[in-house]
Parts: sequence; C-alpha cells; structure tokens
Amino acid sequence: MEKQDFNVTAETGIHARPATILVQTASKFSSDITLQYDGKGVNLKSIMGVMSLGVGQGAAVTISAEGTDEKDAIAAISETMKKEGLSD
Amino acid sequence: MSNQISGIAASNGIAIAKVYMLVDPDLSFKEVTITDTNREVERLHDSFNDSKKDLEIIKQHAIKSLGEEEAEVFEAHITILADPELIGAIETKINDEKINAESAVKTVTDMYIGMFEAMTDNTYMQERAGDIRDVTKRVMSHLLGVTLPSPSLIDSTSIVVSHDLTPSDTAQLDRQFVKAFITDIGGRTSHSAIMSRTLEIPAIVGTGDATTLIKDGDMVIVDGNTGDIIIDPSDDEIKHYQAEAAKFAAEQAEWKALKDAKTVSADGKHFDIAANIGTPDDLAGVVDNGGEAIGLFRSEFLYMNSAELPTEDEQFESYKKVAEGMNGKQVVVRTMDIGGDKHLPYLPLPDEMNPFLGYRAIRISLDRQEIFRTQLRALLRASNYGKIAIMFPMIATVNEFKQARAIYDEERQKLIDEGQSVADNIEVGMMMEIPAAVIIADKLAKYADFFSIGTNDLIQYTFAADRGNEHVSYLYQPYNPSLLRLVKQVIDTAHAEGKWAGMCGEMAGDQIAVPILMGLGLDEFSMSATSMLQTRSLMKRLNTEDVKVLAEKALEAESNEEVQKLVENSCK
Repeated sequence: MEKQDFNVTAETGIHARPATILVQTASKFSSDITLQYDGKGVNLKSIMGVMSLGVGQGAAVTISAEGTDEKDAIAAISETMKKEGLSD
Repeated sequence: MSNQISGIAASNGIAIAKVYMLVDPDLSFKEVTITDTNREVERLHDSFNDSKKDLEIIKQHAIKSLGEEEAEVFEAHITILADPELIGAIETKINDEKINAESAVKTVTDMYIGMFEAMTDNTYMQERAGDIRDVTKRVMSHLLGVTLPSPSLIDSTSIVVSHDLTPSDTAQLDRQFVKAFITDIGGRTSHSAIMSRTLEIPAIVGTGDATTLIKDGDMVIVDGNTGDIIIDPSDDEIKHYQAEAAKFAAEQAEWKALKDAKTVSADGKHFDIAANIGTPDDLAGVVDNGGEAIGLFRSEFLYMNSAELPTEDEQFESYKKVAEGMNGKQVVVRTMDIGGDKHLPYLPLPDEMNPFLGYRAIRISLDRQEIFRTQLRALLRASNYGKIAIMFPMIATVNEFKQARAIYDEERQKLIDEGQSVADNIEVGMMMEIPAAVIIADKLAKYADFFSIGTNDLIQYTFAADRGNEHVSYLYQPYNPSLLRLVKQVIDTAHAEGKWAGMCGEMAGDQIAVPILMGLGLDEFSMSATSMLQTRSLMKRLNTEDVKVLAEKALEAESNEEVQKLVENSCK
C-alpha cells in the first residue's frame, strides 16, 4: 500500500473544480484509492464521497492507494493536489 | 382557428416559427416490485450513459457560448454520473429490495440531497444538493422515456417558450436557431428581458400562462413591438406579419445608416449616446450600433461568471479589453453590485426579509474592503489603456461616497508609490438610484465627478414597488412627474457644480422619455446597444427649444398617462 499525508491549504478546502479534477485523476487508476479525514474514509473516485467529508482549509488528510498502479496513482494525485492549489 | 395572447413586449422585432417548449416534463412514477433485477440494472446503466451523452453535448455548447469556467458545472454533473459509489448504492437497492430503477434512484439521491442540505454551515455544499437534483432529473427523464429539454439541444428554427429563463439558459440560446422567446413571468427589466435585447431577438415576457396555452411544435407569431402572440396563425395573419417584419427590417436599415453619425438634435445640440454592457463580449454590439461611449459596464457579471472571487489580474484583463475596444471613448465601470437579486455561490450573504433594501452593492464594498480594493486596483491599472471612469452603486449618503472615494484615493496612491502608471483623468462618480441621494444631490455634486441615474432602482425605491412583483407592476411609472422631478433635480445640481449627468436605466432608451430627458438637459443617455440607433434617429428630429417646453409641461402634469399623451401628441 502507498500512502501520503497532505495539509489542505486552499482557502475553500476541497470542493468545486479542484475536487472534480482530483476525483477524475483518481479514476484513471485501477487501484483502490481512499481519502481519510477526521476518522472517516471515502473512495477518492466518488465525488459524492469526497464532498460529503466537507474538507476545509487547514485539514490534515491522508490518501492511500492499494493495487498494481498504487505508486503512480499517489504520484499523480500528489501532483494534482499541488497544481490545483489544494496543498503545498 | 388562431388564438391570441399577450404579454410585456421586452425586445423589438417579429418572428414566425415553431415552438420549442423549455418546460420540465412530468417525472412522476410508481414504485413497483420487479423480478428481473438484471434488466433493471441494465436500464439504470443505460439511463446514466444517455444522461452523460446529453451533458457532453450541453457542456460543449456551454464552453462555446459561456466559456470554460461557466461550463464547469456540467463537468461536475458528469463526474456525479461517473461516481462508482452512487451507481453502486442504487444497484444494491435494486438487487436487495427488488424495486424498479426509478424508485432506487430516487431513494439514494434523496439520501445524498438530504445529507448535503443538512450542511447548514457550508453554503457551497448546500448548493451541491441542487446539482444532484439536476442530474437526477436528467437520469429520471431517460428512465421514463421523456425528453428533458435544454436550450443547448435546440437544432432547428424555433421560438422558445418557458416559465422563466435563467442566465445560463439565455447564454446557451443559439441565435442561429432561436428566433424569439416567450416567458410566463418577468417584466421589462427582468434578466431575461435584458438578455433578449442584448441578443437582439424579439421577446415577450410576463404572459402569465404561455406555457399552458402553447404546446410544443405549435406555430406561433411573436410581435415583440406590441407584445402580441398569435398561436396557430391563419395564412392571412402570416402574410400580414411577414409584411410587418419587412417594414421593421427597413426601419432598422434606416437606423443603421446613422451608425457613424454624431448624436445631435435638429438644431445641432450634441448629446452622448452610450451603451450598457455586461461583459467584454458585448463590445461588438456597441461598436456595430455606433455607441459614443459605454455609460454602464456592469462589473458584477465578472463575479457571477466565476467560481470564486475574480483576481485583480482577471479583472484587469476584462477592463483593459473593454477600454482598448472603445478606442479612447469613455467607459464607465460600475463597481460590484451584488446583493438584491444577484447572488454569488462563494460569497454567502445573510438571509434578508428585503434583499433590495439590504446588504448590497457599495454597502458590501465598504464592509468587505478587500474585495473592493482588488476591484479598484484592477480598474486603476486598466486606466492606462483607454478612458476609464468609475462609479459607485447604491450611494445613499454623502459619507458613503466620501468613504468610497477615500479608499479609491488610497489605492491610487499605493499604485503610484509602487511605481505603476495610472491615468490622471479618471472621473469618479456615482449612481443616482436612491431617493435620499437625489434629495441631497447638491452636496454630493461637490464630491462626485458625475451622476448617472439608475432608473430601474430609482423607480422601485421612489414608488416603493418591487420591480419583480407583477402585482405592483402598474407602479413602474417612468413618466410620472414625481420621478421626472427627481431626474430634473439630479441634472440641475450636477450642472450647478459644472459636472455632467447621465442616465443608465431602461428609461434612457425609452422613446417617450427621451424627448423629456433632452428637455431637462440630460447629457448622456446610456441604454441597451440595440436601442441606440433608434434613439439617435429620434433625437435628430427634435428641436431643443421644443423639448424644453415639453419637459416643463411634463413636470406640471399629474400622472404617468398624462405625460405619455403629452409626448405622443407633440412628437407625432
């Protein structure tokens, strides 16, 4: 399993366009990908799941991937988080 | 047998075409127990796939007509349809409970909608409930085999009939196919009416019940000059209206000939005819119709067409584009007028009993200064590329204007200190739309460089009549001497201080009001681009001495109707 912690720096948290793009990025991989926040975990390929967490600014989240392309998945997600201004 | 109904004529012109109903179909269904769950799951997947296909078309259309950012909402809808958890939960429901797909979709989406709506501390999430509702409606229409209409799906010559048109509906109307539209609600100044004039297509609003009286595919005639709609017309009626349409086209050709002419009265006095615009895309219409300036650039559209507060650079680019496009002619930009009936999803405003009397426009700008300062900096930087003027909306007191002007002066000085260049001829004025400001206009004229009368709000506040409420629409009385006296006071106090006075409401392009306004000495007339040439043609025929006498009579009249008759009799 591949894992990475992020500190959400975006003023508006994870929502709107960045959330959509994050979900789209995750959906490109076959691995199971989970977003964990505040003791809850959701499927990162599910926009409803991601939005239901209500991740705000300053939140500490963990994203983990399990499957054949887990390394690539985490790398791509990490890049998207930066590019969309969600995390440093 | 033809059938005639009527409404409020919102935009001139005549159209004859078949009707496209933009009305939600009946999406009711019964919960039934099923045995073949595989077939039901297959129906579910088909409905999701068909919905995705629709949304792809709508998205592509929206990118073309609205731009990438506006189209993002449809991308979000597509992502919802691709959500494995969502479709998974619905499949489970079908398999476990042996219910039809419609029932399963409704139960699961209602659960999500309830969850998002319960996030009362997060307006953004609450609004996502609306997205799920929209997507569910589309999926349901495919399950039930009915068509869910969308303005993007229109692909033949049509007249659109709907209850109301939202900004995103109107933005998706393809002028190649949509020849006119008709709505149940709205007035001359409602959003849909203003858009119809920008799009230059005939429109009739506020018909009350057009959506129940007209059916999809009916042939109709829309007369946007009178507000008449003829359903299922006879051959004679079609012939008559084709002739009327030709006459209208000839009149328009005559107006077009005045495109490069200056606006002067019969005795040679010059007036400025300017345009009201919402986005840089409206520039072409201003140039094509011979605008001598832009009298109102409604900057709030920059905020409304965005998913978050527009940055200084984004705003700068828009203002620069308009300033450059006008080639040295004046562009009056009104600072953000949000609140009232205009909301931003990313800027939650308090729930108010009377939003039009509440937290809006300059009241927000003075309170949330970081938003205001960003806008002023963008405007100041853009001043290097043309002739920019700035005006503040909804000023009620002298103190508000002084505060806003002080913030402007501070930002200007900051930019100069940073070594940036700023034009030195920027005029800073204000909207005259609150009676309190009109009454104290003599004091305001000492501080403001110009006044621009916003008649839509000034009428609403003077008559205490909500402009969107059809029960009190009889109180929209632009020619009432009570209003004309306020207008006169604004013009006279401006002139006494050597300043100019303009008008940027619907009234400035109203053919009955124009002669009176000329007589009162209004300097600048700012209106929908499509009204400019007609107004220039009217002014050319009028003599300033005659209209002065007319204005004096109008000020002494008793009613809106009396003034209207006065003008009609004298300007035949």
